[in-house]
Amino acid sequence: MLACSERLGYAGLTKSAIRIVTPGGVERGFTVIVCRACRDPPCARACPEAALKVRQGGGILLDPSKCIGCGHCVEACDIGAIRLDPETNKPITCIYCGYCAEFCPHGVIALEEVG
Amino acid sequence: MGRDWIRTLSRVLYIDLAKKSYWVENREDLFEEWLGGIGVAVKLYEEEVPRGADPLGPENAIIFSVGPLTTIYPMASKTIAAFKSPLNNYFAESHAGGRSASAIRFAGYGAIVIRNASERPVYLIIEPERVRFRDAGALWGVRSAETVGRILREVTGGAGVRSILRIGGAGERLVRYASVMVETFRHFGRMGLGAVFGSKKLKAVVIIAGKNFRIPKLKEYREIHREIYELTRGPGTKKYHDLGTAANIISLNVIGALPTRNFSSGRFEGAEEISGEKLAETMLARRVACVACPVACIHLAAIREEYEDEKFLYKTEFISYDYEPIYALGSNLGISDRFGLFKMLKAVEDWGLDAISTGVALAWATEALERGIISENETLLHLRWGDWKTYVEAIKNIVTQPNEFYQALALGVEEAAKKYGGEEFALAFNRVEPAGYVTGPLYFISLAVGSRHSHLDSGAYSMDQKLFSKGEKLPAPEEAVEKIAEEEAWRQVLNSLVICLFARAIYTPDNICNALNALDYDFTQDALRELGWKIYLEKQRIKREEGFRPTELRLPERIFQTPTPLGKISKEYIQRALETFEKIIGNST
Repeated sequence: MLACSERLGYAGLTKSAIRIVTPGGVERGFTVIVCRACRDPPCARACPEAALKVRQGGGILLDPSKCIGCGHCVEACDIGAIRLDPETNKPITCIYCGYCAEFCPHGVIALEEVG
Repeated sequence: MGRDWIRTLSRVLYIDLAKKSYWVENREDLFEEWLGGIGVAVKLYEEEVPRGADPLGPENAIIFSVGPLTTIYPMASKTIAAFKSPLNNYFAESHAGGRSASAIRFAGYGAIVIRNASERPVYLIIEPERVRFRDAGALWGVRSAETVGRILREVTGGAGVRSILRIGGAGERLVRYASVMVETFRHFGRMGLGAVFGSKKLKAVVIIAGKNFRIPKLKEYREIHREIYELTRGPGTKKYHDLGTAANIISLNVIGALPTRNFSSGRFEGAEEISGEKLAETMLARRVACVACPVACIHLAAIREEYEDEKFLYKTEFISYDYEPIYALGSNLGISDRFGLFKMLKAVEDWGLDAISTGVALAWATEALERGIISENETLLHLRWGDWKTYVEAIKNIVTQPNEFYQALALGVEEAAKKYGGEEFALAFNRVEPAGYVTGPLYFISLAVGSRHSHLDSGAYSMDQKLFSKGEKLPAPEEAVEKIAEEEAWRQVLNSLVICLFARAIYTPDNICNALNALDYDFTQDALRELGWKIYLEKQRIKREEGFRPTELRLPERIFQTPTPLGKISKEYIQRALETFEKIIGNST
């Protein structure tokens, strides 16, 4: 999360496209929520303004100028990998840069081609 | 100086529990001069807590602070808590990690000051733009700090970016060494912050992050960040991530420095059974990290337990372990049964006690009973070395305080021994029960003069060990004091940034300057060192004004009887050290 925020030049947690939650406390372990770059992404289909384009190789690309901040994409993603940035009212989406993976000490996150 | 960065850090949130009001002040004055963390906390303490304040009265304050490096550099993961300790009546600090530091920083604060006391039980939800005062009536009396966390997780929001600090039964009942649990498995453990929470009827504080700040010099930042990150992945942190601090059990036992049965010996015959190696092999179930830490030193054991009333019905619980609780509740009480040790640890966690103080208090009680100074009329239980089932009951009694004896024990071992006798084997330094080392005289000197009476004040246990392993002679006591003070002064810098002290070998004056300067600061190594001394002396001055005189300390006779790797400790050596210390501090404060 920190690396993802820092990629944009921010120190913080809430601009990250990654979320880490514990399903019932630390003792239950962690869930890392990150975009899996769907081949057929429901979020893109749910976008009424075509601001989310299907990306070659999987996942989506956001065109912020088209986005109206309706949040349909958030609803459409069952994984929970999209959230709205409360400051910009636009979705925070993964750009598949792999910067986070460089700082994951245990290889939990990796950047891979989607098969 | 980096105006923007300092400005984001300099917001201090003030909360008044009596008036249920809050406001934010810009304290650039403090953060510019004192950096953050402990430097700023000391100054806020001075502003907030009057001399002579009752630690459990509304005039005491709870101060949390973070620093300029918090969360954005590896292992800059700790929050400082400053308050007047109900255990020894002096300025005290306690440090904890978990998600506390990142939550405070990204809720938009460099420090939080909690004043006054609430009439009724309350808990706080701190968010970037508001503070909510919530009725804690439904939570008060929930004795397990772990359960309180479970409830709050469901009702407060902020999953993944929040920190939950709370007390268990011990804090409510004002046990003077009650802890504050952070998330699960981390604590503001020492010096009784839990009792201060309890005295204010404050059950919990939930802090939720939400702000983001521009990093000033991104290119420089990325360079130095990566350099430090690589170092944290290297050999400097190995002992913390492999076996964790529990690795110390064997290494200390081998040299005869593992406190055993109330510090009567430095060797425990059952050490193997409760060693880091054995725990990793048989019980280690998960390792986790604080936010921003690539090391993950938090070791969790899984305890599988069959129900007493039904065969093949099991429950599995997770309990974190570290060296100190293992010494305090293990070797120091003659416990070598791993399962039993974890049942005790679980009880200490649930009730929200400090494991070190609890173990030392019970060790004194066990020895006093053995020697006939007290009887089962007092202890109500037949306390015996190694009998963990009885100790689990005794831990409960410290919290519920069914008689005068346990009421005294809940005040700390010093008070209990004053009332019932056995002071010569009541292990406390300035009324604080010690962490687990019988390494030699430097450690005990450091416990006496260290500003928080913690082994991490100056790491003097490690100085002792180095003298031993190199076969060197003890330095003159004057020289020893100088060395201890020098190290403690430097650690004030780390504690102001705020860096976990497990990264003390990674962060050098050089890379700290680079790390700060990427945030638009303008620091030189000399300026850093100077600041360390300034904070150190400031703390000593405050304690002095509160009445602390090192040479008047009661030193438990036991430490002069039990041999250490450096031989028996000479009383004269310690006395001379304390006199030197008093002179230095007396002259400069």
